[in-house]
Amino acid sequence: MAVSPPISSPHALGSNRTRNIMLQVLLATLPGVLLLTWFFGWGTLINILLAGSFAIAIESAILRLRQRPVAFYLNDGSALVTAWLLALALPPYAPWWLVLVASGFAMVFGKHLYGGLGQNPFNPAMLGYAMVLVSFPVEMTSWPVWRGIEQLQPALTPTLGLIDGLQRVFAPASLPTDGWTSATALDLLKNNSALTLDELRAAQPAFGSMAGRAWEWISLAWLAGGLFLLYRRVYTWHAPVGMLAALAVMSLLFWNGSGSASNGSPLFHLLGGATMLGAFFIVTDPVSGATSARGRLVFGAGVGILVYVIRVWGNYPDAVAFAVLLMNLCAPTIDYYTTPRTYGHSKPKRGLGKVDQP
Amino acid sequence: MSTQPRIWDMPGGIHPPQNKAQSTARGLERIPLPKRLILPLLQHIGRRAEPIVQVGERVLKGQLLASSHGQYSCPLHAPTSGTIVAIEDAPYPHASGLTEPAIILDSDGEDRRIELQPVADYRSLDPVDVLDLIQAAGISGLGGAGFPTATKLLSRPDHRISTLIINAAECEPYITSDDMTIRHYPARIVSGIEVLMHILKPDQVLVGIEDNKPEAIAAMRAAAQDTTIQIIAIPTKYPSGGEKQLIQILTGKEVPSGGLPADISVLCQNIGTCLAIHEAILLGRPMINRIVTLTGAALQRPTNVIAPIGTPIHELLAFAGLQPERLHRLVLGGPMMGFTVDSAAPIIKTSNCLLAATREELPPPPPALPCIRCGLCAEACPVELLPQQLHWFAMGKDYAQLQRHDLFDCIECGACAYVCPSSIPLVQYFRAGKAEMRAIEQQHSRAEHSRQRFEHRQERLQREAEQREQERQARAEKAARAKAAREAQAARAQLAEPPTAAPDLARIQSRKVSTLSAEQKQLKVAAATARMALQRVQKQLATNPDNTDMQKQLPELEQAFAEAQQAFEQATTQEAR
Repeated sequence: MAVSPPISSPHALGSNRTRNIMLQVLLATLPGVLLLTWFFGWGTLINILLAGSFAIAIESAILRLRQRPVAFYLNDGSALVTAWLLALALPPYAPWWLVLVASGFAMVFGKHLYGGLGQNPFNPAMLGYAMVLVSFPVEMTSWPVWRGIEQLQPALTPTLGLIDGLQRVFAPASLPTDGWTSATALDLLKNNSALTLDELRAAQPAFGSMAGRAWEWISLAWLAGGLFLLYRRVYTWHAPVGMLAALAVMSLLFWNGSGSASNGSPLFHLLGGATMLGAFFIVTDPVSGATSARGRLVFGAGVGILVYVIRVWGNYPDAVAFAVLLMNLCAPTIDYYTTPRTYGHSKPKRGLGKVDQP
Repeated sequence: MSTQPRIWDMPGGIHPPQNKAQSTARGLERIPLPKRLILPLLQHIGRRAEPIVQVGERVLKGQLLASSHGQYSCPLHAPTSGTIVAIEDAPYPHASGLTEPAIILDSDGEDRRIELQPVADYRSLDPVDVLDLIQAAGISGLGGAGFPTATKLLSRPDHRISTLIINAAECEPYITSDDMTIRHYPARIVSGIEVLMHILKPDQVLVGIEDNKPEAIAAMRAAAQDTTIQIIAIPTKYPSGGEKQLIQILTGKEVPSGGLPADISVLCQNIGTCLAIHEAILLGRPMINRIVTLTGAALQRPTNVIAPIGTPIHELLAFAGLQPERLHRLVLGGPMMGFTVDSAAPIIKTSNCLLAATREELPPPPPALPCIRCGLCAEACPVELLPQQLHWFAMGKDYAQLQRHDLFDCIECGACAYVCPSSIPLVQYFRAGKAEMRAIEQQHSRAEHSRQRFEHRQERLQREAEQREQERQARAEKAARAKAAREAQAARAQLAEPPTAAPDLARIQSRKVSTLSAEQKQLKVAAATARMALQRVQKQLATNPDNTDMQKQLPELEQAFAEAQQAFEQATTQEAR
């Protein structure tokens, strides 16, 4: 006589696992990582390696402190994804201690103080990024110059060698401090008040044909990775489309032409800075974003609007981290106002829903 | 072939591996007559049937064993001839694993039946009489819940049914009993549907079959060619066979939350129920057997069988070649909504599939990871709930939010848990949440009941007190009247006799009723106060004799009391004089 284990339905379980989702996200970043490495040298890979090791070490320590099974939770890959995305957001050749501070803040204050995976209200990678951005502005705005700049501006030399790169990260004092970084296109546009866009473009090699030189191609690589994740149904289109559409609309409305007062074209904003990285790898973070499809659309749109507002009227040239963190605060409220209509109900419920307390 | 009418999409849904081919290759088989049948009195939703046979009684196949008890009940008939050996608690196919009262029938192997009374010309009967025949045949829904069919057909007599839907979607993996029923008995099914049409007079009849069953679709189309019954192929997607979901797919309408399909003038019946209706009316056979899928990798020859109701599960499994060492989980129903059973339990009228799964087929669930709110569950939910939010609130026992997020609209189809990458047992959380909320609801209604009882008691007590007071007053009035009458009589008597004791009596009466004047009262109060003060000090001195303060006070107080008492007595004696 068979004795069945007392398990209730459903008995069948699909094959999808959190770990698969995380690994697919990492896979989707590869085109962008490759282009970053091509243009800027080993800096991005060093970032990833450092941030990854720090994050895993810190997560293990905290899990042990919290008396949780370390291997079981490390195995979900979420710490690696957080560190990986943080590493992509940080400037290549960021000093090692900066990476340590950022990933440490992300893991401790962004994730585990709230109770670990799934409990954090803020995107941990963006929390770590924002923390070092406000604390160490010099290091955080030292964007290296890209491969090929030496032909346009002989005074600048890109850091392409591995040894050079490691020296920049671990012993920056041993290298000349000048000539390896330059302002980004978003920076230049923000500070420009005298030149028309065409003059600016002619004067500054940082501008490419669409947005920032090199950056525009990297943006397209993020886009390609995002399309892969959409195809693999890792997430739905709502949050990325919401963000990109809102940013496009904002930049169209406040374009201001191509004169010296221009705020940049929609294409410039869509392919400039961290827009694409944010749209397909940051606002799609399910834990800290809104829940329903409609909610994610609203959430993404909020990020898009805030990115533009901060870029154009705020103090920072790029703004994805702050925009995402601000919208993270709004996500629970968005959830209450975007609940889908349930089958058999005439209309969806809105707001907290006054339920008579017993 | 006519063009297919429009169908609608159902939100969400999943596509698990179908696993249906294993059990359709051997056609429809008959199992050898079991030696012993276990016939639970509860084979349907509602109240148990009431046995009308005695232990030791010999019965014939088709004979009534238990009659229905009230409207939500179903009679029970003997699936074969034999002897009733017991009426007692027996294993029962239910998720709880508890036993249920059952009639135990030992077959005599002769399979002798009672005389059948078919009704060929049911169209000349009143629909109500046809309903009685269906009820008498013990038919309850064969699809899942097992609602007594006649009761369901009558559910909203005030609502006209415009669309009759026959559910042959059979969306759950592994199950093929509806498919095989259609392939083998399409004409009987159409005839059964026509009986339903005679009862309900619907404007249209839609038969929904998932498009992974082309043979069944073709068979039904051929059989229904000369009728108005429409056979509609719907896309294969779990859970399209849920009643509410099939209604949505075929009509685009939604059953209101908490309502019945009849509220939107739709009625749903399972395809197997239609076959049972045909057999009950046109062949006169009560419902004593059903078609069951026997499947799963632990069986050597998965198949579909016609089995008497009450056949123990282990006999069915043995027939299909069970390899006990490979059996890991025995599920009655499908892998999405079925429940684990013990093989000692029998099959009943609702049992459509036995899944004898190996460890590889239905592995034990991996430990759950934290929810990352990926939202795949919400994408899979056919009711458009937010399972990730419900899970959150269910863990926190936030019943107000569970209510707000429509937990009770969850149909427990399991699509959310199936897609969950963190393998969280979502449906278990939801079932527990529902149970807790129902318990709270019950507690509330009990508390409310107690409150009402208390209030009624208070009212009654007050009423009684008022009544007593009224009676008392009435008595007092009566006494006063009687006294007045007596006095009047006495006065009349005095007129006759000279008054002798009257002055004395008057004096005493005046003394009694005389009250103290305001000054006297004051003096009395002063005397009492002085006495109390004196007594207090005396008391304290008794417990604590060394208190010098008290000792000093004592003579003063004694004097004060004596003076006050004297003043009061003087005042009263003066008055008296």
